[in-house]
Amino acid sequence: VKQFIQGIAANSRYQATHLLQILRQIQFRYHYIPQAAIEQLSTLLNIPRTQIISVAEFYSFLHLEPRGQYEFLISDSITDHMLGKKNLIGYLAKKLDVGVGEVREDGVVSLDNTSCTGMCDQGPAGLVNGYALTRLDHSAIDKIAELVNQQKPLNEWPAELFQVDDNIYKSGLLLNQQIEQGAALRSAFKRGINETLTEIDKSGLRGRGGAGFKTAMKWRFCSEEQQAEHYVVCNADEGEPGTFKDRVLLNSYADQVFEGMTVCAAIIGARQGLVYLRGEYLHLHDKLQRILEQRRQNGLLGNNILNTGLDFDIEIHLGAGAYICGEESALIESLEGKPGIPRNRPPYPVTHGYLGKPTVVNNVETFLAAAAIAVNGGDWFANIGTEKSKGTKILSISGDCARPGIYEYTFGVTVQTILDDCGAADVLGVQVGGPSGTFISNQELGRRLAFEDLATGGSIIIINSTRNILAVAQNFTHFFAHESCGFCTPCRVGTSLLKNQIDKIVEGHGASGDIVALEELCRLVKNYSHCGLGQTAANPIITTMERYLDLYEKQLKDISFEPGFDLDGALETARRLANRDDVGAHLAQTVATGSVPVATFLTSMDGGNADDCREQSWPPSQTGGE
Amino acid sequence: MNMSKTITFDGKVIPFEDGQTIMDAAMAADIYIPHLCHQPEFTPHGSCKLCTVKVNGRNCSACTFPAMEGQEVLSETKELINDRRRITQMLFVEGNHLCPGCEKSGNCQLQAVGYHLNMLDSHFPHFYPDRKVDASHPDVMIDQSRCILCTLCVRASQQEDGKSVFAVSGRGINKHLIFNAQSGLLKDTDLETADRAAHICPTGAIIIKRTGYRVPIGQRVYDHKEIDQVSLETETEHLKHGEEI
Repeated sequence: VKQFIQGIAANSRYQATHLLQILRQIQFRYHYIPQAAIEQLSTLLNIPRTQIISVAEFYSFLHLEPRGQYEFLISDSITDHMLGKKNLIGYLAKKLDVGVGEVREDGVVSLDNTSCTGMCDQGPAGLVNGYALTRLDHSAIDKIAELVNQQKPLNEWPAELFQVDDNIYKSGLLLNQQIEQGAALRSAFKRGINETLTEIDKSGLRGRGGAGFKTAMKWRFCSEEQQAEHYVVCNADEGEPGTFKDRVLLNSYADQVFEGMTVCAAIIGARQGLVYLRGEYLHLHDKLQRILEQRRQNGLLGNNILNTGLDFDIEIHLGAGAYICGEESALIESLEGKPGIPRNRPPYPVTHGYLGKPTVVNNVETFLAAAAIAVNGGDWFANIGTEKSKGTKILSISGDCARPGIYEYTFGVTVQTILDDCGAADVLGVQVGGPSGTFISNQELGRRLAFEDLATGGSIIIINSTRNILAVAQNFTHFFAHESCGFCTPCRVGTSLLKNQIDKIVEGHGASGDIVALEELCRLVKNYSHCGLGQTAANPIITTMERYLDLYEKQLKDISFEPGFDLDGALETARRLANRDDVGAHLAQTVATGSVPVATFLTSMDGGNADDCREQSWPPSQTGGE
Repeated sequence: MNMSKTITFDGKVIPFEDGQTIMDAAMAADIYIPHLCHQPEFTPHGSCKLCTVKVNGRNCSACTFPAMEGQEVLSETKELINDRRRITQMLFVEGNHLCPGCEKSGNCQLQAVGYHLNMLDSHFPHFYPDRKVDASHPDVMIDQSRCILCTLCVRASQQEDGKSVFAVSGRGINKHLIFNAQSGLLKDTDLETADRAAHICPTGAIIIKRTGYRVPIGQRVYDHKEIDQVSLETETEHLKHGEEI
């Protein structure tokens, strides 16, 4: 262990900013972070051991206790559930003889759930030792179980288990034609750097992560900061459930993304660029490194790029399972090797970003578009779209449709058009922008995707009428409670209260007061949370309750109060001790008249048959005493 | 000193200086905004969210948000008071706060803020978390059941004691304090009883052993004064006399 850690620390030039990267490698090699490693790193990097522990305990992919030599994580995205995830994880648990959330006694295998892995168009999906598994089914699991039992190393596993497809179904302005390597830089230098910024301004390009800040304005603010160092950061921490377009862009258009970053570097005066790649996309890492190396060899990265005097290079950092790192200031903290906790703002990253220096953080798609604009000019982009939303948007479409995948649309397109193109029928509603976005009902399909109406980072999840909308809201609410960083009170406590409250209602323990309590809680979490995670965490409940309040109400008992736990179930131990099971040893929960059996919910997502499932966290199993 | 810049705070015009937060300006003007994670001597943290005020219609943490010319700040509105009570209740249900049996009772800021906001019940269902007690240190005890994750001990240890005894670890509802020792035990850290960090806890999470009942219940700080008065008397010293701004 000692030698290994000495080696990777040396490779990272003993920089504490590389702590997360170092811990990832230790986890990969030993399947946990041994205490000896913490002590050694504390000395080598000259940081307190508490900093190392707090990083290890923050990221879902790092563990202080040993996991299996084969670490299985199965994606808990609603789209995976729609594809039968619950039955599959049960089957996998049975085949591997390991419980969900557990390590098998011999230490060979561990199994757990994980947040959306970004394979919603080819799920049910998962990860083994960080590498993406797609299209899991019984036969794939049989194969996997055999490979595990033979203890075959991952590189000897059949490639089809790891095959990740682009699934591009509709190309527009950006996806139709990839720019030639170097074309954006040549155009930018030929036109002039300032003139290129003017073109980007003219294009009307706004940030593609969802918030929609004007790109040219961000770049200008950053360039005006009088500091020796500036940084360009590409946010590839695509964690919003239902989003996977950045994965496709980095798989097939990475050169153009890197070129966009380099144009940005020329404009703001940066010498260092960083890509923050979500840990779930480990499978892309080596490929991206090869592309970077090729760009260096072609004089498009490194010193004196294209003989213009521009020095710039790009480094890739991997995340480790934390949705919050998609928030730009949390992402910067993570790049610095710390837990991803959003900073207080102001100051903003454009003035005080990475290492406290002026930093531009943009989405993968934003850099892709900027490179194309540098070649084709601002009007090329601004000529299409709507008044406030120029150009196109690349969407990740998944859920109940015939052709889930990547679609590029001109801004202003209606939801109905999208549904027609991807083959969706019998639609109950559409989750636009992922769990943090908006749920719209089938009465609103004429609405348009644009910053003026439905703003989105690109996640479109289609939900048909066989699904239960409360189960969807419940899945999303669990997601936010799991991903809350815990910094501020309203989000740390509030998202867990929301989770317990919606569970109570879904499990049939809700009474009339519980909807009011839920609404109040939503308002508190939304209005008082520190960052976008908390401010949007109640959206799944708020937006579904606005549209289908009757579904919530149907779940309630017709009484004003209902205990939050199972009264009869709580007597079970006493019954066993007293060796009694007569009528007098049982308690009725309440005199219930209006409740709907919970089984309807539990089975509607997966098409029934939930019995052999060992999963405990989703959907919450009904309490005992039936 | 340039005192020409002002903000409007609950209808009252108060001065501020560049670099001051809304909290700084309010304190200097003898105005109390409820807070638990803030102590003017240490870098503001902005996590408890009790000091949330409306600045030009937008919710901001007063302890971290810079005062700027022309801001219209609302603090003692019915809505904000009610919601601060709810946030305090969240802190209560998150941990295990049993005031009648806690030796910090009467000196506890969490309890005092609860009184100040007229909190009469816990409102939310309790979590009853299973949290650790560390009584290994000869003079200091930590009961994480009462920790509200304000990080004042973390900051005091770093910024005043020149150590890093404490850190907050974990994520979401599982966040907790950890101690800088290979054993993970407080006794093996370099914490000393005289350290500021050992005395800064606003609740009863960090207590000095064998001192808990020297002042009888009924004669303690908040038994006689409201927290707004205590805060303005003790915490503003630093602002008024400390640094020359």
